[in-house]
Amino acid sequence: MSGFDVGASVRVRLAYPTGHCRTPFYCRGKTGVVERVCGAFRNPETLAYGQDGEPQLTLYRVRFAANDLWADGEPGVAVEIELYEPWLESA
Amino acid sequence: MSTDHHHHDHDHEHIDHPDTDAGPWSEHRYIEGALRELLIEKGVVTAEEMRAQVERMEGRNPGLGARVVARAWTDPDYKARLLEDANAAVDELGIEIQPTHLIALENTPEEHNVVVCTLCSCYPRNLLGLPPDWYKARAYRSRVVREPRAVLREFGTELPDSTRIRVHDSTADMRYVVLPRRPEDTEGMSEEELAALVGRDAMIGVSVVTKD
Repeated sequence: MSGFDVGASVRVRLAYPTGHCRTPFYCRGKTGVVERVCGAFRNPETLAYGQDGEPQLTLYRVRFAANDLWADGEPGVAVEIELYEPWLESA
Repeated sequence: MSTDHHHHDHDHEHIDHPDTDAGPWSEHRYIEGALRELLIEKGVVTAEEMRAQVERMEGRNPGLGARVVARAWTDPDYKARLLEDANAAVDELGIEIQPTHLIALENTPEEHNVVVCTLCSCYPRNLLGLPPDWYKARAYRSRVVREPRAVLREFGTELPDSTRIRVHDSTADMRYVVLPRRPEDTEGMSEEELAALVGRDAMIGVSVVTKD
C-alpha cells in the first residue's frame, strides 16, 4: 500500500461493517490530517476473533478539527484518533 | 461458603477466591471466575502466575510517570528524547514499559493535551497503574471529545480561551502520557521534590500541576 504522509488530508470511510473494529462512529465519513505514522500493527478486526492479525496494517494518527466532527464543535479544539490504513482514503 | 451463586450441577466446587468480595456474583464475575478456573485447570497458567501478574500490575502507580515528568522538567535533553521516543526515554529510567507503545505529549501555554479512550479504557498502565473509575465511565468518554473545556472545568481546570486543546482518543495500539507544565517558582526544587508534585490526573491531562 502506498500509504499517507504526515500532513496528508484523509477521509475516514463512511462504513458500518459488522464485528469488532477500532474506528469510532463519530469520525466516520469525516476529514482530517495525518499527524503521524505510528507503524505497522496487527489487524484488530481479525485478532478479535482468534486469528493472527496478519497481514499487519499501517496505523495513523489523524487530527480532526472539532468543528469538522460536530456542528457545534468547539473552536480551538482538535481530536486525534488512531486509524488503520484500510479505513482511510485520500481527501 | 455461600451457595447463592451455585445454580448449576457439576463435579467440582467453586471456591470463593481470596480476592472475591462477599455478596452475590455479577454476570461478569461468573465469567471471570469460570475463565480463571479453566485456565488453571487446563494448565494454561498457574494460580501463582496469575497472582504474580496481578501483583505486578497493582504495583504500577502514577509515581513512575511522575519520575519521568520530573526528569523531563530538569533535563531538556531528556525531554527532547521523551517527546521523540517515549518508550526509549522511559526505559532509560529503568521503568519496564514494553509491550506498550507510548507517546508523550507536552503541554504548553498555547496547547493543552488530554487523553481518553472513547471505545473502552485504554490507558498506559505500565506507567500510571490502573486507571481511575471516571476514566472508564461513559460520561467522561463521551463528553471529553465533544466538550473538553466544560469537562476540564468540572475537574477544576480553567484554561484561557487562547489555549488550544488536543484531545487524544487512544483507539488502538498507542498509549499516551501528558507532560504537564512545570509550575512557577520551582527552580530550587530537586527532581524528587518535583516528582512529588505530579499527580495522576495531570498526566491524563484533566488537571495541571501546582506547587502547593
